[in-house]
Amino acid sequence: MKALVSVKRVIDYNVRIQVKPDGSGVVVDGVKHSVNPFDEIAMEEAVRLKEKGKLTEIIAVTVGGAKCEETLRTALAFGADRAVHVKVDEEIQPLTAAQALAAVFKKEGAELFFLGKQAIDDDAAQTGQMVAALLDLPQATFASKVEIDGGKATVTREVDAGLETLEFDLPGIITTDLRLNEPRYLKLPDIMKAKKKPIEVVGLGDLGVTAAAGLKSVKTANPPKRSKGVMVKTVDELVTALKAKGLI
Amino acid sequence: MSKILVIGQHADGKLNSGIAKVVNAAKAIGGDIHVAVFANDGSTVAAQAAALDGVAKVLVVDRAGNDDYVASAIAPQIVALTQSGGYSHVLAAGTTSGKDFLPRVAAKLGVQQVSDIMAVHSATSFDRPIYAGNAILTVEAPASPCIVATIRLASFQATGAAAAAAPIEKISVDAVIPSHTRFVKLEAQKSERPELQSANRVVSGGRALGSSENFNIIYSLADKLKAGVGASRAAVDSGYVPNDMQVGQTGKIIAPELYFAIGISGAIQHLAGIKDARTIVAINKDPEAPIFEVADYGLVGDLFALVPELEAKA
Ligand SMILES: Cc1cc2nc3c(=O)[nH]c(=O)nc-3n(C[C@H](O)[C@H](O)[C@H](O)COP(=O)(O)OP(=O)(O)OC[C@H]3O[C@@H](n4cnc5c(N)ncnc54)[C@H](O)[C@@H]3O)c2cc1C
Ligand SMILES: Cc1cc2nc3c(=O)[nH]c(=O)nc-3n(C[C@H](O)[C@H](O)[C@H](O)COP(=O)(O)OP(=O)(O)OC[C@H]3O[C@@H](n4cnc5c(N)ncnc54)[C@H](O)[C@@H]3O)c2cc1C
Repeated sequence: MKALVSVKRVIDYNVRIQVKPDGSGVVVDGVKHSVNPFDEIAMEEAVRLKEKGKLTEIIAVTVGGAKCEETLRTALAFGADRAVHVKVDEEIQPLTAAQALAAVFKKEGAELFFLGKQAIDDDAAQTGQMVAALLDLPQATFASKVEIDGGKATVTREVDAGLETLEFDLPGIITTDLRLNEPRYLKLPDIMKAKKKPIEVVGLGDLGVTAAAGLKSVKTANPPKRSKGVMVKTVDELVTALKAKGLI
Repeated sequence: MSKILVIGQHADGKLNSGIAKVVNAAKAIGGDIHVAVFANDGSTVAAQAAALDGVAKVLVVDRAGNDDYVASAIAPQIVALTQSGGYSHVLAAGTTSGKDFLPRVAAKLGVQQVSDIMAVHSATSFDRPIYAGNAILTVEAPASPCIVATIRLASFQATGAAAAAAPIEKISVDAVIPSHTRFVKLEAQKSERPELQSANRVVSGGRALGSSENFNIIYSLADKLKAGVGASRAAVDSGYVPNDMQVGQTGKIIAPELYFAIGISGAIQHLAGIKDARTIVAINKDPEAPIFEVADYGLVGDLFALVPELEAKA
């Protein structure tokens, strides 16, 4: 059984985001980028399933510009066997990304697709669900536990009320939550090996995808700033202040 | 004029408290507002939706299995209703269930979803947070064929009670429901405490608590203050508390009047969940902790001494 794992290049989660003064976006040039943390978790889960003998091949896929090759190399170092780079130069939005990812899934004849539950840049949290819709396949989002057995997936999901369990018939789509696993540290030999693994480059046209009409970005702004408050020295001082404001 | 479909998410026979906020967002868009209840038997929930100010009509789609809200089963019903009703907008609360089924609806309708609307400028222009709320993006969405969006609940007040209840109509929709996905179970945390997302006061603990036993001092302070209880990701990952208590970019986004961050450093991912809190109180032994940059009141010291004292004096 083949699995597809999508990996997205995003600004590293430790970076303090700077909004451009002209409101045209955030500063991305010269800023550290990494693999979306949720996608590392997706990669790790696939690799563990392969180690358990549940998968025969893992294919990493990304949709993006030339620099996304680094992202694919990271996925290959984790243990993907090969990669597909859907190369786009223009900005794409989730539905278009989903169309491209769905096309790759079909073309590869994969049975499982792991994606992150959200990308930490755009925070849209919708790509996996859209892929599932386009392929008319099952989806289990926000997964914190995955079991694959007998042509079925049993997935525990982190939901507002607690933990929900769903079962679906393969093939299907799973999006990963933080507590699904802890991704391994990459070792140098794996990083070296990844350099030799094949990456196939395709365009949206090759996949028969035309970019869907999108949302237009009007402007990007800084959020309202919270002003720094006061430091109190004692619990008494704190209680007095909160009582004075009618907060307790 | 817009014709707006609000999905009336519910559980245990209760309309989700966020729906009153979604209706308020719909009022800001302006137009005819219909709430659709998908349930096994939606009559109780429909009556709650009909009592919300601004709602013109409640539509009930009864079907065995709808209570489980499996995305692949709910989405085709919403798609069918949107198309047959000629709706210009489909809105859902940005809860885990809204985030689960609504992108599926958007993809089927062939539109990009607007995720987490935090402000409405017009029927087609909205603000949404990106980068854990560290930037706000204003988007213009194409009006045709329709706009599909989740609402960031922390950004909207609830609509009030209607002077007279809206009419309720039972309808059926023409949708094919796949059988490939089955709901198995929900392990819900039962708690007498106020619900995290609607609580006026919230007390949260972080990694510094060190164990689930030690977390009792957080519960104890919360009970004294009649507050909900939250946690940082580190506290959840360490197993001190269950996952549904996580506050932040990838947990719950909350907007209480009063928030206590206790033994929490203030990572940007945590702050993303509390930006709309009215007043933030931080207790941390490290005077340099980033949480103090956003706290309205900061107190430096050992939480194990300060929290019991606070409980006694509050
Ligand atoms: C109005 C607007 C303007 C934008 N402008 C720009 C811009 O100028 N430049 C820019 O780079 N982006 C831009 N974006 C963002 C970009 O279009 C989205 O980030 C992307 O399409 C997917 O959205 P997401 O990351 O929020 O998806 P999510 O649904 O949050 O992602 C979930 C998961 O889907 C997978 N995934 C998503 N996208 C990809 C991908 N491309 N390749 C592989 N896997 C993927 C990953 O596994 C990820 O964890 C813009 C978005 C909007 C709405
Ligand atoms: C993709 C991604 C998503 C994330 N999403 C979230 C999220 O949704 N929510 C979230 O919270 N985090 C999230 N995180 C994690 C986040 O980056 C931080 O790691 C986490 O918030 C830290 O939790 P903490 O503040 O409890 O722990 P720490 O950062 O370890 O802070 C503990 C604090 O306790 C203080 N302390 C220690 N002992 C005492 C004492 N006796 N008395 C008083 N103070 C004491 C210390 O000074 C320190 O400031 C995410 C991370 C990533 C990468």
